[in-house]
Amino acid sequence: MALYSEKVMDHFRHPRNVGVIENASGVGEVGNAKCGDIMTMYLQIENDIITDVKFETFGCGSAIASSSMATELIKGKPVSEALQLTNKAVAEALDGLPAHKLHCSVLAEEAIKSALKDYYDKNGIAYDAALFPAENCCDHDH
Amino acid sequence: MNIYADHAATTRMSQTAIDAMLPYMSQCYGNPSSLHTVGQKANEALTQARERIAACLGCDAREITFTSGGSEADNQAIISAARLGEKKGKKHIISTAFEHHAVLHTLKKLEKEGFAVTLLDVHENGMVSAQQVEAAIRPDTCLVTVMFANNEIGSVQPIAEIGAVCRSKGVLFHTDAVQAAGHLHIDVVSQQIDMLSLSAHKFHGPKGCGVLYARKGIRLTNLIEGGAQERGKRAGTENIPGIMGMAAALEEACAHIDENAARLIPLRDKLIAGLSAIPHSALNGDPVNRLPSNVNFCFEGIEGESLLLLLDDKGICASSGSACTSGSLDPSHVLLAIGRVHDVAHGSLRLSLGEDITEEEIDYLIRSVTEVVAYLRRMSPVWRDLQSGKRAFILK
Repeated sequence: MALYSEKVMDHFRHPRNVGVIENASGVGEVGNAKCGDIMTMYLQIENDIITDVKFETFGCGSAIASSSMATELIKGKPVSEALQLTNKAVAEALDGLPAHKLHCSVLAEEAIKSALKDYYDKNGIAYDAALFPAENCCDHDH
Repeated sequence: MNIYADHAATTRMSQTAIDAMLPYMSQCYGNPSSLHTVGQKANEALTQARERIAACLGCDAREITFTSGGSEADNQAIISAARLGEKKGKKHIISTAFEHHAVLHTLKKLEKEGFAVTLLDVHENGMVSAQQVEAAIRPDTCLVTVMFANNEIGSVQPIAEIGAVCRSKGVLFHTDAVQAAGHLHIDVVSQQIDMLSLSAHKFHGPKGCGVLYARKGIRLTNLIEGGAQERGKRAGTENIPGIMGMAAALEEACAHIDENAARLIPLRDKLIAGLSAIPHSALNGDPVNRLPSNVNFCFEGIEGESLLLLLDDKGICASSGSACTSGSLDPSHVLLAIGRVHDVAHGSLRLSLGEDITEEEIDYLIRSVTEVVAYLRRMSPVWRDLQSGKRAFILK
């Protein structure tokens, strides 16, 4: 379908890193079923490096593709780098998303941040709360 | 295997319709308003097409107004009834919660002008009753507009009974018959329909061509001003090729209604039974009072757009009331109207079958949908929560 770029369709048809990590270092779940998208991110972090990442997504084609791309962008990277991941970077890596689907890339960014926050909380690591703005799925339409 | 299962969206034109159109593009291309021979030939064709379409609906040719399609016909019917009503101080309209947006948005516009609109509940099975209509009629009711068959969930309304109630109460009755025309029997006299909308491309005719039937004596309000075409009620040079194609397509479809239904219903029901075997799924719409071509399901734990895209990869063209396909975050107003909660309404699928669907294709549809639903559930955090009991199942 011409709605999405080839990159989006590739990540949608062959999503990378689908699944669950048992006893993950950090887990983040964002979105809600009411607005049609839920993403769960699982991070395995060793020595400040994201050694493994998995995701589960309930959502449209671009939501699945955005989660898949986001996992690829942070896998093997230091936590500090993963924290810098923006929705824009996810969308650009997918060769763009339709305007009304940009919220899917926002959700992917939020899912990763949420998992990192969980990692910090679990390990008692101090962090700047401003790094983790409250997510509000249904509002950030664009 | 390639299966086009989106006939409620649009259909492929029949060869009969194409053949009927072609001469009116190249040979008989006149403007029916012209006095010369070429124009008058087109005018004769137009007159004939009007009579043939009227015969399919059981009305008089003078009661047919050609429009650009179903939406225009819906708009003109409702606006006309509203204008007639307000002259008598009647500014109340009755409709249903699951009408097409061509109806709902026109009603919204009238509400802003001070009309009161009652939208009847369509219940879990997507049906309204004549009793509900009767109970809702007030002294100031000027119009009842209820669709013949719903475009998403296929439920067929008791049109003749509603027509009888409206006639006895002296209230105009309009029906959006876009999904019904050519697929269900329509007789505006016995069904006591005052106004009816239809669209050619839903029964293998061309796009951009429709009809508004309005019973003799109902004064129409113009939406388009200009020349004196369509008895001065719809300006603009007539779409003669489209009208010829529509007449041919409607005649052909109406001649085969029973035959098509007899063939389709068992195949439709086989598809419904096959998809019902998917755990935590539910048929939307009434199982019996249903368009022969329509199958509509909700699958818990998945989202409709992903389902459509993966079915497309398997050669299946389908549709959904899914939010994401329309660019809004709200799921289908039809599914919400029958009481599906948002979480479930997001996972909807509509398969609308063509008359030529085969049993082998039905099997392929069942197999493919079952596979794709299972695949998407495996990566769904909602499904995981449903399975673990963290979230309660809504569908059995």
